[in-house]
Amino acid sequence: MATLLSLSEVSLSFDQRRVLDNISLELNQGEITTLIGPNGAGKSTLVKVILGLLNADSGVITRAPKLKIGYVPQKIAWDEGMPLTAERFLRLASNGVKSKLREVVNLLAIDGLLKRQMARLSGGEMQRVLLARALLREPQLLVLDEPVQGVDISGQVELYRLITELTAKMNFAVLLVSHDLHLVMAGTDQVICLNHHICCKGAPESVAKHPEFARLFAQNEQQQLAVYTHHHQCDDHDHRVDQGEDDD
Amino acid sequence: MMIDSFLINALLAGLGIAVVAGPLGSFVVWRRLAYFGDTLAHASLLGIALGLWWQINLTLAVVLSGALLSLVLLSLQRHKQLASDTLLGIMAHSALSFGLVVVALMDNVRVDLMAYLFGDLLSVTHADLWWIWGGGAVVLAILASQWNNLLSATVNEQLAAAEGVKVEALRALLLLLLALVIAIAMKIVGVLIISSLLLIPAATARRLAHSPEQMAGLAVLFGGFAVLLGLSLSWYQDTPAGPSVVVAAATQFILVHTLIRGKA
Repeated sequence: MATLLSLSEVSLSFDQRRVLDNISLELNQGEITTLIGPNGAGKSTLVKVILGLLNADSGVITRAPKLKIGYVPQKIAWDEGMPLTAERFLRLASNGVKSKLREVVNLLAIDGLLKRQMARLSGGEMQRVLLARALLREPQLLVLDEPVQGVDISGQVELYRLITELTAKMNFAVLLVSHDLHLVMAGTDQVICLNHHICCKGAPESVAKHPEFARLFAQNEQQQLAVYTHHHQCDDHDHRVDQGEDDD
Repeated sequence: MMIDSFLINALLAGLGIAVVAGPLGSFVVWRRLAYFGDTLAHASLLGIALGLWWQINLTLAVVLSGALLSLVLLSLQRHKQLASDTLLGIMAHSALSFGLVVVALMDNVRVDLMAYLFGDLLSVTHADLWWIWGGGAVVLAILASQWNNLLSATVNEQLAAAEGVKVEALRALLLLLLALVIAIAMKIVGVLIISSLLLIPAATARRLAHSPEQMAGLAVLFGGFAVLLGLSLSWYQDTPAGPSVVVAAATQFILVHTLIRGKA
């Protein structure tokens, strides 16, 4: 499994406030990594560092040569200022080749959205269009920042199913950011829990040291959503399970 | 037929401004730069004053002072302790006041302040036309060459940056173009209302447009029509040129927004 991007002891401060503290992680081809952490934990900053939009103060960032990253931003706030159809939005992507556009549109089944105005799309529709734009770049690494924010629960399940499917098909690496500590995508290979420093990381089973948590995750393996409670006492790495059933 | 050539010059100048104000004004609407444009315009009077003081070409003086102000604002916004609208409000009216005071202090210079504040259609010279059409062509060429990148960065800066678009440079570029257009348009429309010529036609076009390009194109048409109507009014009724153009543009805006409802 090729490592596409790795961070080694990366730190970053804003105004003497340490936002990222000694972060080391690897993103591997074909793997889905879920980054969770409470609001203000530095998740967005870490994403910016990974995207190359911010430089770290210290540490080493290694990218595979000519690494192509597809980025799905948090829900874009559309004001009514600019009239823009979804199709035109997709064509703004740097390499919007026509045949590629057709392929991605079919893959995500967004044909019906193309003529619609971006400002008129629902949360779920918007996410599919944003995902399409990222896929147009034929990425090796797909970064999704809070992709299910403002998307209803069936839309979330659908989006997660799509991501799992795409990862299997395209064999790219996925980094999924979520502030929701209760829901983690079931297809996740690696969970990283961030609160300025990395509280814990590893396979979902090892993250949850609690045996009950591991059992829960195993039970939910075929499902798209695993429900658990993630407590944030990083000092004692306490990850308790409050809820054992998910009968969907 | 001397008088007719004045009118033709004024129309050529006004239409030239409308052509470049359409696309640029659309970005003013999309990026919420209306107040920024206002500040640049107000501050251009300071450029005039300094240009008179140092005896350099006035349009050049305004272009330079506008460019300088844009860069100062950009850096102030980056390390911001005060909200942008507070900074802009302070700069707009201080620069205007400094300009007025400096002009008043220069005993040896007589300036028709009313002309600079509200525009003067009789003052358009051949040199002005060169500035407007030449400068306008340069601005349009730059906008066209960066069109998709500018749209991308306007929709979402972070997404655009992640895709390799130089968003910071584009932001600076757009402000500099704005400074340039305001500087070359100021003389005919006047510093107090030039930014409305960027804003109103684009906002009018928004109601009818389904794509960014349509909006920019329609804004050119609305702007051009407002110039024709406004200058005619000014010519025949002896109303001030700039306000007459703005009255025409505002009337279009109200008509379009009341008559056409529920479109994209």
